[in-house]
Amino acid sequence: MRRLLTAALLAAALPAAGQTDAPADPAAFGDDTVSTFTLDNGLDAIVIEDNRAPVVVHMVWYDVGAADEPPGRSGIAHFLEHLMFKGTETLEPGEFSATVAAQGGTDNAFTSQDYTGYFQRVAADRLGLMMEMEADRMANLRLDEGEVLTERDVVLEERAQRTDSNPGALFGEQRQAMQYLNHPYAIPIIGWEAEIRELGLQDALDFYADHYGPNNATLIVAGDVDPAEVEALARRHYGPVPANPAIGPRMRPQEPPQLAPRRLEYADPRVSNPYVIRTYLAPERDPGAQEDAAALTLLAAVMGGSSQTSLMGRTLEQEEGTALYTSAFYNGTSLDDTTFGLLVVPTPDRTLAEAEADMDRMIETLIADGVDSVQLDRIKAQVRAAEIYGRDSLQERASTYGNAVTAGLGVGDVAAWPGILDAVTGDDIVAAARAVLRPETSVTGYLTRPADPQETTQ
Amino acid sequence: MIHPLRILVAAAALALPVSAHAAVEIQEVTSPGGIEAWLVEESSIPFVALEIRFDGGAVLDPDDAVGATNLMVALLEEGAAERDAQAFAEAVEGLAARFGFDAYHDGVNVSAAFLTENRDEGVALLRDALTRPRFDPDAIERVREQVLAVIEQDNNDPSAIAGRKASELAYPDHPYGRPVDGTTESVAGLTRDDLVDAHARTLVRSRMHVGATGDITAEELGLVLDELLGGLPEGEAVDIPMADYALDGGVTVTEFPTPQSVVIFGHDSIMQDDPDFFPAFVMNHVLGGRGFDSRLMTEVREERGLTYGIGSYLSPRDYGASHLGQFSSGNDRVAEAIAVVRDQWADIAENGITQEELDRAKTFLTGAYPLRFDGNGTIAGILVGMQSQGWPTTYIETRNDRVNAVTLDDVQRVARRIMRPEDLHFLVVGQPEGVESGTLPEG
Repeated sequence: MRRLLTAALLAAALPAAGQTDAPADPAAFGDDTVSTFTLDNGLDAIVIEDNRAPVVVHMVWYDVGAADEPPGRSGIAHFLEHLMFKGTETLEPGEFSATVAAQGGTDNAFTSQDYTGYFQRVAADRLGLMMEMEADRMANLRLDEGEVLTERDVVLEERAQRTDSNPGALFGEQRQAMQYLNHPYAIPIIGWEAEIRELGLQDALDFYADHYGPNNATLIVAGDVDPAEVEALARRHYGPVPANPAIGPRMRPQEPPQLAPRRLEYADPRVSNPYVIRTYLAPERDPGAQEDAAALTLLAAVMGGSSQTSLMGRTLEQEEGTALYTSAFYNGTSLDDTTFGLLVVPTPDRTLAEAEADMDRMIETLIADGVDSVQLDRIKAQVRAAEIYGRDSLQERASTYGNAVTAGLGVGDVAAWPGILDAVTGDDIVAAARAVLRPETSVTGYLTRPADPQETTQ
Repeated sequence: MIHPLRILVAAAALALPVSAHAAVEIQEVTSPGGIEAWLVEESSIPFVALEIRFDGGAVLDPDDAVGATNLMVALLEEGAAERDAQAFAEAVEGLAARFGFDAYHDGVNVSAAFLTENRDEGVALLRDALTRPRFDPDAIERVREQVLAVIEQDNNDPSAIAGRKASELAYPDHPYGRPVDGTTESVAGLTRDDLVDAHARTLVRSRMHVGATGDITAEELGLVLDELLGGLPEGEAVDIPMADYALDGGVTVTEFPTPQSVVIFGHDSIMQDDPDFFPAFVMNHVLGGRGFDSRLMTEVREERGLTYGIGSYLSPRDYGASHLGQFSSGNDRVAEAIAVVRDQWADIAENGITQEELDRAKTFLTGAYPLRFDGNGTIAGILVGMQSQGWPTTYIETRNDRVNAVTLDDVQRVARRIMRPEDLHFLVVGQPEGVESGTLPEG
């Protein structure tokens, strides 16, 4: 009975980016279906061949996300993502998606702190048309004032739906803001409402001019394709797009060392199951240096990866019966410092202070007793299997690479990752816990109901 | 002279704007023990996905044990045969097998994936879960608490409140009107016997459909079927009445403190075996189908910015059918959004759609169909869905022809038949301004 509660709670509890840790990657296991090339204008490309179905997923990932926004313009990266469907010199507003649909395809886009991505899923023989249109809006976006204002209302409704209607999401936004004193990861991807309301056409065009272009993008094509043909199509369609001279290195204010623990409590009458969540500032995967991130990835699995067999699940949910749900999470695929988190949802008869004490006790137990080697073997079996199961989804394989390259990693790092995970020892995991799970680098949050709950009608 | 072959190739290219059919070959397999399944063999990745559907789910819950099927299904992997919950989880995780169990009104779905390297051991574990679940008292209490937590969460989620309210009001005298999870009171009252009964009633061979896709031969699958499912009882036919749809046109507001109102709208509609289903399906795609260019998305989102997303869908279920849609809008703007939806519903009923809209819908629907068949788990799910509908394996080859056969006259006639703006009911959860329970104001 993991899935019911997991889905319901995690949607609310986890960081808003919607990022899950990338699955292990095939290339490390000698898979020769992945190839790369680079065009003269700086466009990097990754091709993943899978001939099982006559389908292709075509994606362009830009090395720009919400954390690259100018001060006071929060939400502009995501707003621009919406406006990219509003036409070019040759395409009417909405014509991009309508053309994809006319091919039987589907399209969409997504924005995180580190990247902005656009994708279409179509019959494999429509790849050229997708490239033609995507290359067009890489350089020729045209916006109309009226379209911009209407779309801003859509984004405000999106924020209301995803964040303001969800106490867990509001709580996550407050926690994230407290986690980062200086780094722009403190600011929500969708933006603060007051700042979204002020975004305009010129903000979007400026952000587009500063960050869009082939030399700031990665093309990813996955599916029933021939890599040589993909390269020829890419040269034809993306080749003529000039490099954008405005593109420079990504410069973001970095986070200073955290010296004091931080705490917050958010009360909302819509909360059903109060919980305590704690995050620690943690290192991310770096090119050629992914060992610490690998140890933290397995630490999350050991601490809270399974309601039955992880340390917190087995002890708090099963043996002691004091928690409804527990979890540990870590997303190492991030350009800058990321977080490691622990979550305990206590049974209704327990307080959050007791739940937090349980959480502390579990950390102490792990550091004192080390990792159960049989459990570590099971976790590694699942890591290896994830590589096999992961090959079943084109979208997932393509996204693994997109996530990684926009977080500053190379294709080689993606290929090496499963092997690095497999080499992690129990001692490495305990060392990672000692290094990262330190009170002074923590943010501990309680999500509660108000003391005198408002009456709500159902 | 032009070579005849070239003309042929050119004609074919014109006739097939996109790959016209899915590249899957379905084998109908019967095990030595007589269990039937559909198989798509695909050996390039060393695992097999298995999907099993049992017809008849939460609708079979007795009145005094609402939620029993849901709790039973949630307990299947919480201890079976010689293993308690933890030992069972350790065994599954050690094999890296993946099991999923899902209860809903019309059925119970079991989804599994087994690595080729340890398939037999994985199958034995799933067999234990399906045929010898323990329902240990401590596991029952633990999972009961979790289900109660989910119910409590739903009680505070405007979207869940709207969905439950819609079911209650539409089907007051039918199991469809009861939540699959049960209520706080009903779940608190469930006994171990209720779960044992639900298990015996639900997981039966006579109402079972099986689909498999991946690295397994027909012969191997036959042996797996007997090992996995041979121990299940044959079971009895079920007798569930069709559901009367009790909601008339109007508005029901449920007050809830939130900045945005959630709206579910719709009325009853036609079943999947209705001869008009394909024209209805094509018409709904134009009204509120997937993508950004449906009428509802265009009018409510793109033109007016009143919502982040809106869609409509036909929902033909085993015991009743409806035509529904959903969106969220700020409390101060939801009245306008409701008016736009009602106008669109009325317009399509009165005027139907255009030839251009019909052509666009057909191109999308026929082009998108073969793209569905990617991924072992996805294909196994499609195989089971087809069997559950009673369709032949050849359905895949004829499906796009049925879409293409829909004429503009068909759509206009069916729109007049099934779109009834006067019966449209809007369930609103939030603090909407200028919207009150009662009859829908005139447009």
